Amino acid sequence: MANDNYMIIDNIPVAIEGEKNILELIRKAGIDLPTFCYHSDLSVYGACRMCMVENKWGGMEAACSTPPKPGAEIYTNTPKLRKHRKMILELLLSNHCRDCTTCDKNGECRLQELASRFGITSVRFKNTAAEPDIDDSSVCITRDRNKCILCGDCVRVCNEVQNVGAINFANRGSKMIVATAFDEPIANSNCVGCGQCAAVCPTGAIVIKNDRMKLWDEFDKEDVKVVAQIAPAVRVAVARSFGLTDGNVMGKIVASLKRIGFDEVFDTVTGADLTVLEEANEFLDRVSENKNIPLFTSCCPAWVNYCEKNYPELLPNVSTCRSPMQMFGSVIKEQYKTSRKKIISVAIMPCTAKKFEAVRPEFKREDGSPVIDYVITTKELIQMIKEAGIVFSEIEPESIDMPFGSISGAGVIFGVTGGVTEAVIRRVATDKSVNALRNLAFNGVRGLEGVKETTINYGGTDLKIAVVSGLKNADNLIKRIKAGEHYDLVEVMACPSGCINGAGQPHTDFDGRKERSDNLYEADRMCTNKRSEENPLMMSLYNGLLRGKVHELLHVHYGKEGVHND
Amino acid sequence: MLKNREDLIELRQAYEASIKLQTRKILVCAGTGCVAGGSLDIHDELIRLIEEKGIKCSVELEKDPHDETIGVKKSGCHGFCEMGPLVRIEPEGILYTKVKLSDCRDIVNQTIVEGKVVDRLVYKVEGKPYIRQEDIPFYAKQHRVVLEHCGHIDATSILEYIAIGGYEAFEKALFEMEPCDIVNEVEESALRGRGGGGFPTGRKWRQVLNQKEPVHYVVCNGDEGDPGAFMDRSIMEGDPHRMLEGMMIAGIATGSHEGYIYVRAEYPMAVSRLENAIKQAREIGLLGKNILDSGFDFDFHINKGAGAFVCGEGSALTASIEGKRGMPRVKPPRTVEKGLFEKPTVLNNVETYANVPKIIIKGAKWYKSIGPESSPGTKAFALTGNIQNTGLIEVPMGTTLREIIFDIGGGMKSDKPFKAVQIGGPSGGCLITPNLDLPLDFDSLKKVGAMIGSGGLVVMDESTCMVEVARFFMNFTQNESCGKCVPCREGTKRMLEILERIVAGNGKEGDVELLLDLADTISSTALCGLGKTAAMPVVSTIKSFRDEYDAHIIDKKCPAGQCKKLITYVIDPELCKGCSKCARNCPVEAISGEIKSPFTIDTSKCIKCGACLENCNFGAVKEV
Repeated sequence: MANDNYMIIDNIPVAIEGEKNILELIRKAGIDLPTFCYHSDLSVYGACRMCMVENKWGGMEAACSTPPKPGAEIYTNTPKLRKHRKMILELLLSNHCRDCTTCDKNGECRLQELASRFGITSVRFKNTAAEPDIDDSSVCITRDRNKCILCGDCVRVCNEVQNVGAINFANRGSKMIVATAFDEPIANSNCVGCGQCAAVCPTGAIVIKNDRMKLWDEFDKEDVKVVAQIAPAVRVAVARSFGLTDGNVMGKIVASLKRIGFDEVFDTVTGADLTVLEEANEFLDRVSENKNIPLFTSCCPAWVNYCEKNYPELLPNVSTCRSPMQMFGSVIKEQYKTSRKKIISVAIMPCTAKKFEAVRPEFKREDGSPVIDYVITTKELIQMIKEAGIVFSEIEPESIDMPFGSISGAGVIFGVTGGVTEAVIRRVATDKSVNALRNLAFNGVRGLEGVKETTINYGGTDLKIAVVSGLKNADNLIKRIKAGEHYDLVEVMACPSGCINGAGQPHTDFDGRKERSDNLYEADRMCTNKRSEENPLMMSLYNGLLRGKVHELLHVHYGKEGVHND
Repeated sequence: MLKNREDLIELRQAYEASIKLQTRKILVCAGTGCVAGGSLDIHDELIRLIEEKGIKCSVELEKDPHDETIGVKKSGCHGFCEMGPLVRIEPEGILYTKVKLSDCRDIVNQTIVEGKVVDRLVYKVEGKPYIRQEDIPFYAKQHRVVLEHCGHIDATSILEYIAIGGYEAFEKALFEMEPCDIVNEVEESALRGRGGGGFPTGRKWRQVLNQKEPVHYVVCNGDEGDPGAFMDRSIMEGDPHRMLEGMMIAGIATGSHEGYIYVRAEYPMAVSRLENAIKQAREIGLLGKNILDSGFDFDFHINKGAGAFVCGEGSALTASIEGKRGMPRVKPPRTVEKGLFEKPTVLNNVETYANVPKIIIKGAKWYKSIGPESSPGTKAFALTGNIQNTGLIEVPMGTTLREIIFDIGGGMKSDKPFKAVQIGGPSGGCLITPNLDLPLDFDSLKKVGAMIGSGGLVVMDESTCMVEVARFFMNFTQNESCGKCVPCREGTKRMLEILERIVAGNGKEGDVELLLDLADTISSTALCGLGKTAAMPVVSTIKSFRDEYDAHIIDKKCPAGQCKKLITYVIDPELCKGCSKCARNCPVEAISGEIKSPFTIDTSKCIKCGACLENCNFGAVKEV
């Protein structure tokens, strides 16, 4: 039958190709149907009612929750629909703070965007927006309940994807709110700081904690030397915000940071290379001693938080390696410890949980100062570049500074799920040939799936490895392990797809994540050194600065100070 | 413990004989209304007095009795709640109304011992006594199918239910019918869901039966929450086994082995009667594994709702049973595909299930002979408001409003004329005088923009302000909105805001149009039935009483004189004797004047409490 496989959208036939709902079909047809509560990764909630479409009999359907019907005719832009959409926007705005210019989400707010798109110039209802109700108890995110439009995106990502369940709906009707248990400040909840709630929030109700304001002041201090490190995932998530096509813009970021006022700019990949060497050793030691297996990676601070709060008994299995940020931060502070100037160590991260990691008591130096003084997310970095008036598209790339000027490809791919594992495999694999390296790319650790498994042979023994991203996936895997399944190494990244999709990055869809992932592997290919041990810097560090201090500077024991976050 | 079908038949016969030996029965209404009036004490007192006389009386049916006895029973709700506590005497069919504890001695001495009627307890209309319950106009026009046992048998006894033919339909369905036969019969009866939507029950069952997924559930919606509705409560309290039997038949028909009953926690008596009924059914072997050696397993769970109206919506109800927030979800998938615990689920309301046993026993053809063809059967209604006989009634579908209000309901309570009736509660609309001859059935009501809903009828006379009625229902819906979708959460809030300002005299021109705009968006785009129908009371009152809205907004007057803020109290100088009583009773000293000359009210100080009006002996204080 001719009409078996397409729907007629605004009089145009559109082929149905396995779309879950009419909304996906409509968007495929090039129509940006407005939504607040639809995210392809989350369950369909159907609450904002902006995506209503009209069928040919004048009936209304929510596109997000209606499966495609072959042969059906629908319209996406009729007088009735325009009227309803405007009314819904007016209703939301009547209850919403309208101080757009002073909102952290200014320019990125979905409500603001749609109000502008639908030409809402006045609201017919009394403005009952309440004063801001700020919860800034967390070092990762800031909440303002009164900017919430109750789309439930944060609730679903926190519960469905991350299995954290720190927030949910409370109360009924117009008194409904998103709240923690007993409406405690978020810092007292089981929040792990992953920030995915802020990433999906369409308004300014949940935003990343703003640390750049304080940072700006540091640049003007005479006796201060401001040093930056840039995480792998950051370099592939900045271009689009400046109107460029996606790609690795590390050089431009380095140049921009210099322009902003950073004295030295380094690459967190150096820290990642250290992590690979330390973690590979730890892994092989544990395998040979058959102790605390599986080994869980420890790079992801949200995962470490999750483990502490939900599976404290598994902490001995978590690698004692500090995260690349902390390893490198420790090295930086050690490097400059004799400097006359005060060193301010700044980490540019794709991550909100890193802000929490930076203030953990485990990472205080002897003098009480933290290893990392500021964590600035990618989004904050973009803001700072804009604020400095830098024309990003024009700026000439610069390279990172000495003495930490060399990196390896293994460290670069830390930014995507499976990257840590692949880097460790590159390190422990006995076959160091080019072909063996190439084959690694196809052994199951690459790709954006939430759960991946692979087996490597080491010294005649098969070692089973699992790679998970998204804490729900991690939790499911832990349950399987507890039920008796055996793994030797488990890589956990809290954010789906890994750091490229960190909550500190500009939010993107699955295709955007794929693009970022491809660009990281591309950056890896462009590196002369593929393996961490091939980074010449490593040898000099181990023979120099790290001599006798490997444990002090590169390792940590979580769980000794109890559960943190308060 | 019944081991097989023969055991059940034998049990039925034994207790049929036992019930026949109860030559006289005293049925004390133990519905919530009469219990509140002290009927349980009356029940105990009657037993005490009868035993005092040395007459044998039995509370429970005895197995193999030899002597005739007097049965004293706690029955389900008779429906005539206005006149409670009620006591029915059989076999005469005498109904005593407004019985007090002190009347018990006369009932025993005169009626039980001497066979005479206690005149003062008999219901009278304009002096005319109605001794037999069935002759009372309130009952005469009713046709009781679902409520047939309410008031006639002991609501707390499974034996009595079995003795009068209970569980016979279950037995028939279990041993003589295939699942598809049962579904065919129900489908053919054209029974439609009594919860409000009117979806064909048989079709729903068939959809569940046809699902490939092996685990199915039967769920009963007993979350009756419309203001003024208590049909389902009366069935659960008065004839719990009948509803359980209906659900068990649905279980056989759809291959389900577990039934969930979601009942409001605010119905404690319904909960305890159901718990008791389920316990009894388990004890005698009508629930559990391999029931009557048929190979069929079935059992019940009771879930108490925490009081959210929205949990009456199917998907919110199943979410609530699952322990989740009671919030409707988007459909598809529908409940018949993925309902409770994501399994195919039959979800009907109490009254719908209660219809089923009779359909199985008497057949679809019999059922279709009652009421109109497209909506056959009867419907229970709860009559409330400004009506003589408030209470619970059951009439054939298609009965007109006029019959219900003026024949059964006895007309208006006050001398003020009929104005409107709100049907379908907060989701329904108001019907007015021209609709009085409208047959009440699903389709006729839909045509005039109203719905049967679960069956609440709130009757209003001319003293009712329709804007205030709309505000009342909007306030209810706004409070009960779950908060999920924007149009319902925010839209009802704004509608309420506008209605509140209209009744407060602050309405603006254009408010009615704004209300209609909001109503249009809410009903077109809301996620669930609660939202889609939330604006119905407003739209229907605007349609029928637009002039009242305009009077509030433009003239700042409430034609019904109900909206306090729109009333001005004045003293007619012609009638005022200058006694100062009004001034002495005014709590805010708004009235002043010289003794023996007319007083005046300072409207800027007046709080419109009405104390002056109540206290004036000369009718000089007026509301304008």
